[in-house]
Amino acid sequence: MTLLTLSDLLVLLRECAGEEESVDLGGDVEDVPFDALGYDSLALLNTVGRIERDHGIRLGDGAVEKATTPRALLEMTNAALTGASASAGGGAARDK
Amino acid sequence: MSKFHDARRVVITGIGVVAPGDVGTKPFWEMLTAGRTATRLISSFDASPFRSRVAAECDFDPAAEGLSQRQVRAWDRTTQFAYVAAKEALADSGVTGEADPLRTGVMAGTACGMTRSLDREYAVVSDEGRLWQVDDAHGVPYLYDYFVPSSMAAEIAWLAKAEGPAGVVSAGCTSGIDVLTHAADLVRDGAADVMVAGASDAAISPITVACFDAIKATTPRNDEPETASRPFDRTRDGFVLGEGAAFFVLEEYAHARRRGARAYAEVAGYAGRCNAYSMTGLRPDGRELAEAVSRALDTARLDPSEVDYVNAHGSATKQNDLHETAAFKRSLGPHAYSVPISSVKSMIGHSLGAICALEVAASALAIEHGVIPPTANLRQPDPDCDLDYVPLVAREAAVSTVVSVASGFGGFQSAVVLTEPGRRQ
Amino acid sequence: MTAELGRTPETGTGRPGGSLRPVVTGLGVVTPIGLGTERYWAATLRGDSGIGRITRFDPSGYTSSLAGEITDFDPARLPNRLLPQTDLMTRLALAAAQEALDDAGTDPRTMPDFAAGVVTAASAGGFDFGQRELEALWSKGGAHVSAYQSFAWFYPVNSGQISIRHGMRGPSGALVAEQAGGLDAVAKARRHIRDGTPLMLTGGVDGSLCPWGWLCMTRSGGLTTRTDPRRAYLPFSPDASGYVPGEGGALLVLEDPRAAAERAAPRIYGQIAGCASTFDPRPGSGREPGLRRALRLALDDAGIGPADVDVVFADAMGIPALDAAETQALAAEFGPCGVPVTAPKTMTGRLLAGGASLDLAAALLSLRDQVIPPTVHVDGGDARDALDLVVGGPRPARLRHALVLARGRGGFNSAMVVRGRD
Repeated sequence: MTLLTLSDLLVLLRECAGEEESVDLGGDVEDVPFDALGYDSLALLNTVGRIERDHGIRLGDGAVEKATTPRALLEMTNAALTGASASAGGGAARDK
Repeated sequence: MSKFHDARRVVITGIGVVAPGDVGTKPFWEMLTAGRTATRLISSFDASPFRSRVAAECDFDPAAEGLSQRQVRAWDRTTQFAYVAAKEALADSGVTGEADPLRTGVMAGTACGMTRSLDREYAVVSDEGRLWQVDDAHGVPYLYDYFVPSSMAAEIAWLAKAEGPAGVVSAGCTSGIDVLTHAADLVRDGAADVMVAGASDAAISPITVACFDAIKATTPRNDEPETASRPFDRTRDGFVLGEGAAFFVLEEYAHARRRGARAYAEVAGYAGRCNAYSMTGLRPDGRELAEAVSRALDTARLDPSEVDYVNAHGSATKQNDLHETAAFKRSLGPHAYSVPISSVKSMIGHSLGAICALEVAASALAIEHGVIPPTANLRQPDPDCDLDYVPLVAREAAVSTVVSVASGFGGFQSAVVLTEPGRRQ
Repeated sequence: MTAELGRTPETGTGRPGGSLRPVVTGLGVVTPIGLGTERYWAATLRGDSGIGRITRFDPSGYTSSLAGEITDFDPARLPNRLLPQTDLMTRLALAAAQEALDDAGTDPRTMPDFAAGVVTAASAGGFDFGQRELEALWSKGGAHVSAYQSFAWFYPVNSGQISIRHGMRGPSGALVAEQAGGLDAVAKARRHIRDGTPLMLTGGVDGSLCPWGWLCMTRSGGLTTRTDPRRAYLPFSPDASGYVPGEGGALLVLEDPRAAAERAAPRIYGQIAGCASTFDPRPGSGREPGLRRALRLALDDAGIGPADVDVVFADAMGIPALDAAETQALAAEFGPCGVPVTAPKTMTGRLLAGGASLDLAAALLSLRDQVIPPTVHVDGGDARDALDLVVGGPRPARLRHALVLARGRGGFNSAMVVRGRD
């Protein structure tokens, strides 16, 4: 099983929500709050939705409120990925 | 005498409603004052793949409402609702044949236009999304009427024999107030004596449900659909999608008096502001909504203490109900704590652009009947929503001034003041 | 949203609040023949054409294949964070808004709270964005729909995004009256100024050039099916066969004249002097269509007569019966060939809700430069007895009042009078 890395997450954030020009996502951003990185709740909902789809996991309705930094979101995602590999394949229930 | 009092005044002389529950103004009012809810599991399509599967649907049979076979086949449900509501409003007002067609106009509001038909027809012409190059051979002839929602205003103009100004006002979930206030402006300015104005939305459709799922704005309370819409309650967790329409005959005061028309209420003041903050989010302090309420009262030359009832937006999202509570405190001052405030979305859900027209109808009927509809499902008040939200049971009260508000995507914040006709000198 | 009833009775305009005759202090233009006001205007005076076979997708399976596409817009001009949440139409509108405010030399963020608002015209909203999300929904499932779909497609999206980008917190919203909406939005903005908001950004920028939008548009019955760009959109010609849609439009900064004077606005293009809207009677009723009445009411509102109008920017639908009705209305009001008439939209195609706003911009530029832009691809020959159509090149003229006409499918008619500086 492959876990999500910070660079994976930054790629997804850029694709799902773009990139704030005044922020250097190449810097040390793992513990920087998302709002300081220029990402609002909609940006995160879009990104979390993408993670859920790509990996067939569910992070739950409160994910965006709970995971306020990249590190927190990565930990949440990777915990779900570890759990998901144990109980094969849940997650895609909302897909057609 | 103020300039405002010199201006032409605008009264509501007819009301027509299509709402969840039975069609028509009377059943609508009976349902609201009984505190009955019309929210249920979605029945119009298979919603099982979705997060939120609750909605407030209208039991609407277009043929039984007198629509022709062509109208049933070709018109989107939004247009059908608008037509039936406008017809009831016209009949209620008795204005047909008593107004100059050249001085009669139509304004229709909508947030989602013909989304339901567009969703359905897209699935057909794209072979359920498999063809980006959609298939010309399978497109129905009515697609353009679904594409541009002003087609709805055109149908109502023909119904009303109106040849004055016509169009559609769209401002997301404030459309239903904004369309009325724009129409009132046209009467006030002298561009028309009579405006048939209202809003309609019938967007309970897979694409709508999916896009509100994506932002988790709708309730996931699928196991308790009848009590899923819980404005100002601590257990609230999102809005219930609704559908419906309300239309009005707005009329210049002297014109209405000349023909001996009954007036439900005067459209006494209004204002709109934009938060310029977020397309979906709200500033917690409620500043722009408060500003809209204050300016609306100013234009009506009324003091906050004179407000007898506030018809709230009360969508039952966590964020909205706090925002709105803050806005009422900011705009009404100490009176915010004593004035009754309620959200009919607890019963008929949130029909997007149409809902605030339905709420204006409820506000006018509150003046007419001296009854304040309750906020249903409000059993565990949120301690942070600490105003009098009229829980569960309707309340009899002398109501001569109502403020109705709306808050919508795009950041739009609107308020309208209705007064008992003849109250203001 | 909307208007308010005006609170400041001390202003001496005869109406509550501000002036009923706001001035235009800034323009922002995005069109198939040029991005930016001056590029557009130079191309218009040259008689360039932006009409061609659609390149955005393969139009070969559809009954019509020509459009006025914008091909040189670089979205990198916009903040990157806005790109995943905007339709092309909105990106173009944001570019036009920036240009208009820069042109007016103002930044609403520095103005008092609630002193600036945005009212735009729309037709179908962000349809291309909507098609992509419908595709995701139907082909992959609801969980694949973007969080941005909830607003990226909707009718007032341009107003909302512009208000956020420029901090405009006054009355805002959108109007839809098919192609007449581009004037109706300006008329609504004018009311907000009258009621006390000193500055409004208004007009329309529109476009739905994607397969799904195109299929809907071809069902209007109004599009030409011709394939030669020079023989396609031929208003007032015996050869007229329908119109060509396009994308783009114009946004205008409207200001209360006193507010503009107080801040010493760098330029004033002219004044919105009068406007009116009407709706046609049901076909077959035998009653006269509403265009002439809209025109007359707009002149009345401006306090002028037909003899004061120096140029008409026609609706010019390109559909024979509607062209005839417009010719008739103009001849009845102005006399045969009583006023120069032009349709620069023959160069761009009809830009849905953006077209009439672009005509308004063109009218203001005509007043500024005292020159009437031409109508292209037609020679005006057949209508010559009734209509003085400006063809063959720009025509210098003394211009003080311009009249802009617009019609929307279904029976919407709007007219607006602009007055130049003395």
